[in-house]
Amino acid sequence: MSVAQFGGQVAAEAGGPGAGEVEQERRRGRVGYLLLLPGLLWLVIFFLVPTVQLVATGLYDPNGSLDTGYAMTWSFSNYWDVLVQYQEQFLRSFGYALIATIACIFLGYPLSYAIAFKAGRWKNLMLVLVIAPFFTSFLVRTLAWKSILSDNGLIVETLKTLQLIPEDGRLLATPVAVVTGLTYNFLPFMVLPLYASLEKIDPRLIEASKDLYASGVTSFRKVTLPLSAPGLVAGTLLTFIPAAGDYINSELLGTPQQRMIGNVIDNLFLVQLDYPAAAASSVLLMVAIVCLVVFYVRRAGTEDLL
Amino acid sequence: MADGRSAGADLTLTGVTKRFGGFAAVDDLDLEVASGQFFALLGPSGCGKTTTLRMVAGLEEPTAGTITIGGDDIGRLKPYKRPVNTVFQNYALFPHLNIFENVAFGLRRRGVKDVKSQVDDMLELVELGGYAKRRPAQLSGGQQQRVALARALINRPQVLLLDEPLGALDLKLRRQMQIELKRIQTEVGITFIHVTHDQEEAMTMADTVAVMNKGVIEQMGAPADLYDNPATTFVSNFLGQSNLVKASILDTHGDALVVDVQGTRIAAPVARARRTDGQVWVGVRPEKVFLGAAGVEEGSYDDNVLPSGTVTDVSFIGVSTQYLVKMPWGQELTVFEQNTGAREQFRVGDKVDLHWVAAHTFLLDADQDAHAGDETYAALSGAPTA
Ligand SMILES: Nc1ncnc2c1ncn2[C@@H]1O[C@H](COP(=O)(O)OP(=O)(O)OP(=O)(O)O)[C@@H](O)[C@H]1O
Ligand SMILES: [Mg+2]
Repeated sequence: MSVAQFGGQVAAEAGGPGAGEVEQERRRGRVGYLLLLPGLLWLVIFFLVPTVQLVATGLYDPNGSLDTGYAMTWSFSNYWDVLVQYQEQFLRSFGYALIATIACIFLGYPLSYAIAFKAGRWKNLMLVLVIAPFFTSFLVRTLAWKSILSDNGLIVETLKTLQLIPEDGRLLATPVAVVTGLTYNFLPFMVLPLYASLEKIDPRLIEASKDLYASGVTSFRKVTLPLSAPGLVAGTLLTFIPAAGDYINSELLGTPQQRMIGNVIDNLFLVQLDYPAAAASSVLLMVAIVCLVVFYVRRAGTEDLL
Repeated sequence: MADGRSAGADLTLTGVTKRFGGFAAVDDLDLEVASGQFFALLGPSGCGKTTTLRMVAGLEEPTAGTITIGGDDIGRLKPYKRPVNTVFQNYALFPHLNIFENVAFGLRRRGVKDVKSQVDDMLELVELGGYAKRRPAQLSGGQQQRVALARALINRPQVLLLDEPLGALDLKLRRQMQIELKRIQTEVGITFIHVTHDQEEAMTMADTVAVMNKGVIEQMGAPADLYDNPATTFVSNFLGQSNLVKASILDTHGDALVVDVQGTRIAAPVARARRTDGQVWVGVRPEKVFLGAAGVEEGSYDDNVLPSGTVTDVSFIGVSTQYLVKMPWGQELTVFEQNTGAREQFRVGDKVDLHWVAAHTFLLDADQDAHAGDETYAALSGAPTA
């Protein structure tokens, strides 16, 4: 915003554009809108229309069914009903997503930092390794975690031997397993944007800060961390948003006690065929996430991301 | 590091070497800078200037040698523990902080009181009073340069390192900033180590100039002394221009040497001879030479004269005219004549003699490359500088 003001000042000082320039400016503006058109069409057809449809479905008569058809009864109560009925799953989703995102930050930041500043000629290889899991399916990777965390698996056996968990303790089918799965699956979405913003930092800025009496730790706090904030914010969003709506991890690694809102929606749509309730839950999830994101980005002071 | 340390301290480098792999970027360098001096480190690109500064700042660890400031060995101290601040070659301003916070950075790290008033004073000093709230990206190159200077200077270091701080500026702003820097240095009395590859900048600003080449210091001294008394062909070419002609020493007459230049005898003061026998380069600065029509007596009887040249090129430069004169042995010499209007102008093809006062002659070791440090020659012939 301040940059725009600055630009405006410069234009004003230059005496303002002449008549011919105004005409040219206008034509350039038209070309800009023309270029926007395909993308706009795409968004309208594949985003706006379905979203409106989804919101509308959430207002249909809850007593209708696939066979009898749904009547539009403006049943705002659908929204209230699902909120009350599934508030536990809503809260659990945001709780798990939050913990997984924090875990991703603590695992991902050192990793991105090492790749950006310390990896030397191994940099590209390490980046490929970060992305490598994407070459197999999300489902298969989560299934792999199921066997890793299984009751007779190496990890549980080792923890038992070390007496870190009791003899009848288990990892699978616990909140720990679900959060672990979420953390694992979304870690690359934290690492990549973080890496991109760390990579861009001019190492001379760190040197300048050390020259100005900042120790290594202070340089990190005062220079590296603030300069990587855009990557951190982007990474948090890319991790938190899909994690909050995820249902695979809970499905495969948890039990009904670890159900998240994604599982509820999945069940409402595909098993119970209760479309109004499913749509209402989806819309609520979306609204909640948008509110959280706006609040977070405001707090982080990185509005340019929105 | 106590506050109130305002004046500078002397800096010494003894036998400092920095190797990158097998390559010596700085090679057994000795340097002594007295407290409060404006010291210029001058040399061509890649000669090791930045590396030297980085070792003083603690950003690079010397392979060998010791560095002291005010008598204390600082060679192994962390950069943030050294009483040294740097103005970086590309400013390195913090993009996420405004100008005020950039300048305040060092004070805040040291927990100094009254940051606000000190920063305001410093911004006044560099004439950026109204810019405190701006971001670095919203300033011009010259303004950013002044912020970089303020950010370093506000800490009152004992030694301030400036790495080509004016390199990115256009000529006019550069001249203006040179005067400003010099004024600020006189005002605060801090030892300045100013790196540049602009010889004019070094000579106008510095008390002492060190000419550096390939990781070693070729010569060090007051600007006028270096200019009049170059010790090597590199210095004679890098600092201004020189005519260097192959010659041999015949004899000594008191405090003068008799030299045979391609069959003509001239005199040179012993005091300005780097060799007193055998093969030498006879050197004379182009502006010390004046032209006379061939065979006509000019100047005084004891001037040096090289006869029978032919003018091959005349370029008018405003205050002076630059002649290229081809000598009988094939070499082209350069002559700058002031355009006083009182003297005869020559044209291409005219036969001329070259005259100069014998005391302006200097003699260099003939073993050295006559084109060392000659950047125009390097550019024209594609040969590497130095
Ligand atoms: N980190 C490094 N690794 C390897 N070689 C280096 C490194 N830093 C500098 N060098 C080499 O050391 C030599 C001196 O570099 P330096 O940066 O000190 O030059 P400089 O005199 O400052 O040049 P310029 O005027 O272009 O800034 C150069 O040949 C450079 O290639
Ligand atoms: Mg340099």
